[in-house]
Amino acid sequence: MSHLMEIRDLKITFGGLDALSGLNFHVDEGEIVSVIGPNGAGKTTFFNAITGLVDPTEGDIIFEDESILGLDPHQVTGLGIARTFQNVRLFPNMTVLENIMVAQHCRTSQLILGALLQTSAFKKEEKEIEERAKEVLAFFGSRLVGYRYDQPAFVLSYANRRRLEIARAMATQPRLMLLDEPVAGMNPMETAELTALIGRLRSEWGFTIVMIEHDMRVVRDVSDRVVVLDHGVPIAQGSYDEVSTNPDVIEAYLGRPAEGQG
Amino acid sequence: MSTTMTSSGSSAAGGFRAPVTDQEWSKIGKWGGLCVLALVLVSLIGMPVGLDRRILIHPVLSLGYLSLLWIPLVMGSVVSRHIELEGVESPEPGGRELLAGALTGLIGGAGMAVFILALDNFNLRDPLVNWSPQLLELLTYGRGIGFGALAWILACVLLGLVGSAIHVVPAGLRRVVSHSFFGLLTFAVLEGAISDLSEGFGLEFLTDSIYAKRGGLTVVWSIVLAVLIGGVSMLTKGRLKAAKADYGALQGPERKRASRILFVSVALMTIILPLFLGTIMNELLANVGLFLLLALGLNIVVGLAGILDLGYVAFFAVGGYTTAVLTSPDSPFFAPELHFAVTLVIVVVFAGIVGLVIGAPVIRMRGDYLAIVTLGFGEIIRLLFMSDWLKPYFGGAQGITNVPGVDLGFVVIKGTDPRSVFYLVLVFCALAIYISWRLQASRLGRAWMAIREDEKVAEAMGINTVNAKLLAFVVGAVLASFSGAVMVAKVGSVFPNSFMILVSIIILVVVIVGGMGNIAGVLVGSFVLIGILGGPRQPGLLHEFQSFKLLIYGALLVYMMLQRPEGLVPSARRSQELHQEEFLQDVWLKGEEHEQEEHEAELHAAEAGGSEPDEGSGS
Amino acid sequence: MAGRVSDGAIHHFAGGSRLTATIERKSARQVSKVDRFLTLIRVFLVTLIVVGILAFIAQQVAPENPFARWRNPDAVGLTGDQFKGLLMSGLSQGAMYGLIALGYSMVYGVLGFINFAHGEVFMAGAMTGFIASDKFSQTGMWESNFLLSLAIIIILAIMVSTLTAVLMERVAYRPLRESPRLIPLITSIGVSFFIQNAVMGVFGPSTKSYPQLPQWLSKQRSILTFEIAGTKLLVLLVAAVSMGGLWYLVERTKTGKAMRAVAEDKEIAALMGINVNRTIVTTFAVGGAMAGIAGILWGLLFRSVTHMTGFLPGIKAFTAAVVGGIGNLPGAMIGGISLGSAESIAPLVILEPLGVPGVSQLKDAVAFTVLVLVLLFKPSGLFGEQLSAEDRA
Repeated sequence: MSHLMEIRDLKITFGGLDALSGLNFHVDEGEIVSVIGPNGAGKTTFFNAITGLVDPTEGDIIFEDESILGLDPHQVTGLGIARTFQNVRLFPNMTVLENIMVAQHCRTSQLILGALLQTSAFKKEEKEIEERAKEVLAFFGSRLVGYRYDQPAFVLSYANRRRLEIARAMATQPRLMLLDEPVAGMNPMETAELTALIGRLRSEWGFTIVMIEHDMRVVRDVSDRVVVLDHGVPIAQGSYDEVSTNPDVIEAYLGRPAEGQG
Repeated sequence: MSTTMTSSGSSAAGGFRAPVTDQEWSKIGKWGGLCVLALVLVSLIGMPVGLDRRILIHPVLSLGYLSLLWIPLVMGSVVSRHIELEGVESPEPGGRELLAGALTGLIGGAGMAVFILALDNFNLRDPLVNWSPQLLELLTYGRGIGFGALAWILACVLLGLVGSAIHVVPAGLRRVVSHSFFGLLTFAVLEGAISDLSEGFGLEFLTDSIYAKRGGLTVVWSIVLAVLIGGVSMLTKGRLKAAKADYGALQGPERKRASRILFVSVALMTIILPLFLGTIMNELLANVGLFLLLALGLNIVVGLAGILDLGYVAFFAVGGYTTAVLTSPDSPFFAPELHFAVTLVIVVVFAGIVGLVIGAPVIRMRGDYLAIVTLGFGEIIRLLFMSDWLKPYFGGAQGITNVPGVDLGFVVIKGTDPRSVFYLVLVFCALAIYISWRLQASRLGRAWMAIREDEKVAEAMGINTVNAKLLAFVVGAVLASFSGAVMVAKVGSVFPNSFMILVSIIILVVVIVGGMGNIAGVLVGSFVLIGILGGPRQPGLLHEFQSFKLLIYGALLVYMMLQRPEGLVPSARRSQELHQEEFLQDVWLKGEEHEQEEHEAELHAAEAGGSEPDEGSGS
Repeated sequence: MAGRVSDGAIHHFAGGSRLTATIERKSARQVSKVDRFLTLIRVFLVTLIVVGILAFIAQQVAPENPFARWRNPDAVGLTGDQFKGLLMSGLSQGAMYGLIALGYSMVYGVLGFINFAHGEVFMAGAMTGFIASDKFSQTGMWESNFLLSLAIIIILAIMVSTLTAVLMERVAYRPLRESPRLIPLITSIGVSFFIQNAVMGVFGPSTKSYPQLPQWLSKQRSILTFEIAGTKLLVLLVAAVSMGGLWYLVERTKTGKAMRAVAEDKEIAALMGINVNRTIVTTFAVGGAMAGIAGILWGLLFRSVTHMTGFLPGIKAFTAAVVGGIGNLPGAMIGGISLGSAESIAPLVILEPLGVPGVSQLKDAVAFTVLVLVLLFKPSGLFGEQLSAEDRA
């Protein structure tokens, strides 16, 4: 069976330093895969490579049986890969609704003339965009709806910004969603809530999800499979239980026991 | 000097509730010094003498004196302003503030006195062109050095005191006084427009009594007007805000109706008023319209898409030259003498192409490089139009003359009849406003805003940033070319030197002062700046400012960027746009608290079955 | 929760998105139109330059051959001496661009924004030089003790320019240090406008002429078969000495080390005990001093100065800084010299053979074209950028 996305021998070098090397990875339709690893392990670089923000030095990235290497980020998004950012990057001065509406750019087509002449096609598309945006926002319950629609994104609380960013990724209508530390900086209650939402992203919306996460409880609760990176090299793959007992992984996180004690 | 000040200061301060601290001394010293510098600089730049002809209040106050007198006023106000720190209880403003203002004024006045003495005793006219007997005469009111020096010290102390009193007096009084002051100033500045308008309505007798023969309000009427405005201000207190809130609160069809009424009344005003205005005022309005058109275009490029295009004048030039070549019989190489309407279509196509050609190489550059390179392109285009190389086609420095007006069949629109030009410009401005408005609320407009906010993320969210930015460039280019076309038809000729970089920068100032990314802001910016100060060559209401307006534009640009980056009319929800970082920090500090509150409140709400509380709007 | 999705999972927009995806996929592979257009521009410009130079060579070799006559039938070519003369003018002018460019480059390296008003710092130096030398000339000291007066005006110009630059930083740029980079750029445009017009107001709009230079300095000299006016020689010498001094300052002193550290990363530099504010002020001061020297040289070479003197040289110096790779100090100097030579030689070597009349008017257009060319072919400049970590992104 062919995978939804497959990465072969990915290597990325920055100024002589290997940010990633020898990474083989795949994700199947409907899976939730977590990528974990200590800081600086190359996790975000991995996402950047998939979304076209960084060009790999070697290797290939295959999405739906075709290589997406060398595509511009917007083309990658157009093919159905959406992402969020580690350090929430919304469009702060656009309203909540606009943030979501703008994300449907690659699924819509009206340009200048439609807007100027207010053609029926334009109005229909605008209406659809708005409806879809509201549908996406409704996924987060009452947090991002109603009077929130017209608030600029910068007034949102931190947790709501994270939610809005996920909503924005959803609005690009992806098949594969890359979440970069979705619960970072959230309190336990919010984390639990978002963990549930991630599960629903798959079960209700049918997204395949690759997620970078530090919070092991979240990783344990949602992922089918866990990939561990250390210094740009994958050191373990498998279910959460397998990975969490793997001595290499423990060493990468806690360091090698000192010689005297070992 | 300093010893006397210290002693007088401490003795005076003894009576107040707290001694003046060292820190405040340095603050007073700093702003006082700045006050002296500003006074001397303004004098040496020649404003007092150059602007003395323009009288604001007949025999008392001329624009020349005003150019000096505002300085101690503002400095006095600034020095006594308290920065409100969070968590620190700021003392009630009182005598200490007044003292600080007066002392700042005193330093300024003393500086001025020294300057007057220097003016009298030394001759530095060689490098300093405005070091002149006229300046001395003006500064001493023609009554000798001693009187002049004393008068300046007194005046500055008084003004400093008034400036600081702004913080001390109750808010209601402050409001009334400032309204009468600015209202009076408006009446004085708009003298030309008002008397022109009243003439149109046949109300000369009214303006004849308000304004003196040599210009300026009469003293009696100034007092009457001040009282009137103050009274109106007192009566309408809070009403305006309430009306605005009412309008904002309207929903659905009611809102639509209110908007429609507002729109129709404004439209009728702009259509009817010029009928009652004379030639000069219509000319002025036409110029404002031309620059408004340019500013609306630049607003799409800079305000919406966030591309700092300093060579914007190039498209203005392309529109102008294309029109001139296609319509003028004197076009040196190719003179089809087409009708303006046909030309316009070609102008649009041509401007679009030039927009693409200039845009394509620069669109991927870093924002700041792009600014300089577009500036370079703007210069290249002007130099090419001016060069001997293209002289056979575009007439070189002599340009193309004899451009006919716009023949509409029943009337010919040309520069000799500014009212007709104004209506033509109005049509284009309406078009441009419509375009800006519709695009702003479209898929493309949202894409532009996203690019302005964060280009990389916009790209990652599926926006083809290169194409979207190019489109912004092209739309901007087309609007500028309209302006160029109309300008050439109005003036009847085109010269390369009408398209200096200066024009780009003035339009940029208009957009920034008004408020970037905001149509209302651009409107206000054009009216205030181009209408009052004037364009690069076009005089405004204060045509005496001709030789100082670029200076003022520069100072305004710096001031706005430092103090009010969102412009005079910030778009409601984007007012925070340029204070982003501050804000984020704020939220970071408050973040945890908020989250806590949110949750507690939410739990309560869940129990009560109510809706979610508003946890974020306060930040 | 973690259970696998059934095949019947609801795909909300799946139908639409798949369709769009296939459409996008077809076009994704193609090179974008913009890229194709850019390639076209690149090819066009290179062809233009190559053909121009070839035609020039053809004219030099045999003025009668058809290729030489192709575009410009009256071409006469250049004599060796003319060419050398052009080169010398270009070099001396370029040396001044280089000196100004150092200021742009240093500020960009440290703060990451274009100080558009740096040209005004240069103008302030030239203006000071004029005022002082004019006074000296009135008292007769300019003739009687030229070297002393020269030294004094140079010191004065350096002082005024440095002061201007430092004030600019303090008043206009320091409050904006953390804002997005376009904000200080726009501010600096305002500063530039303000200074230009304030100087015009205070000193008048007329063109001001420096006093005559002594004969022994300005006379033509012959060095290695190059005929060169003494003034130009002086310009080159002073520029070289200043550049040497700057190099020593940046590479060999503690101040220079602090500057490089701040350029690399302000926060870490501050953690290492470097006074970031003072270092930034020093950077502006040093850049200002270089511009002041350039101002005096400009005055000596062209002997005229107005309030607009700073505008074009300022933009060209920025071009020079970009050509050499912004943040790169030797690059700025070499960039300046290349730009000066290019704008002095290219009109006659490339445009004239192509039959463009009145080429000397296009000097400035050539300079801007160089800027566009460099950014089209090598955006990081000929010698590579040296920017702080945050600006590289």
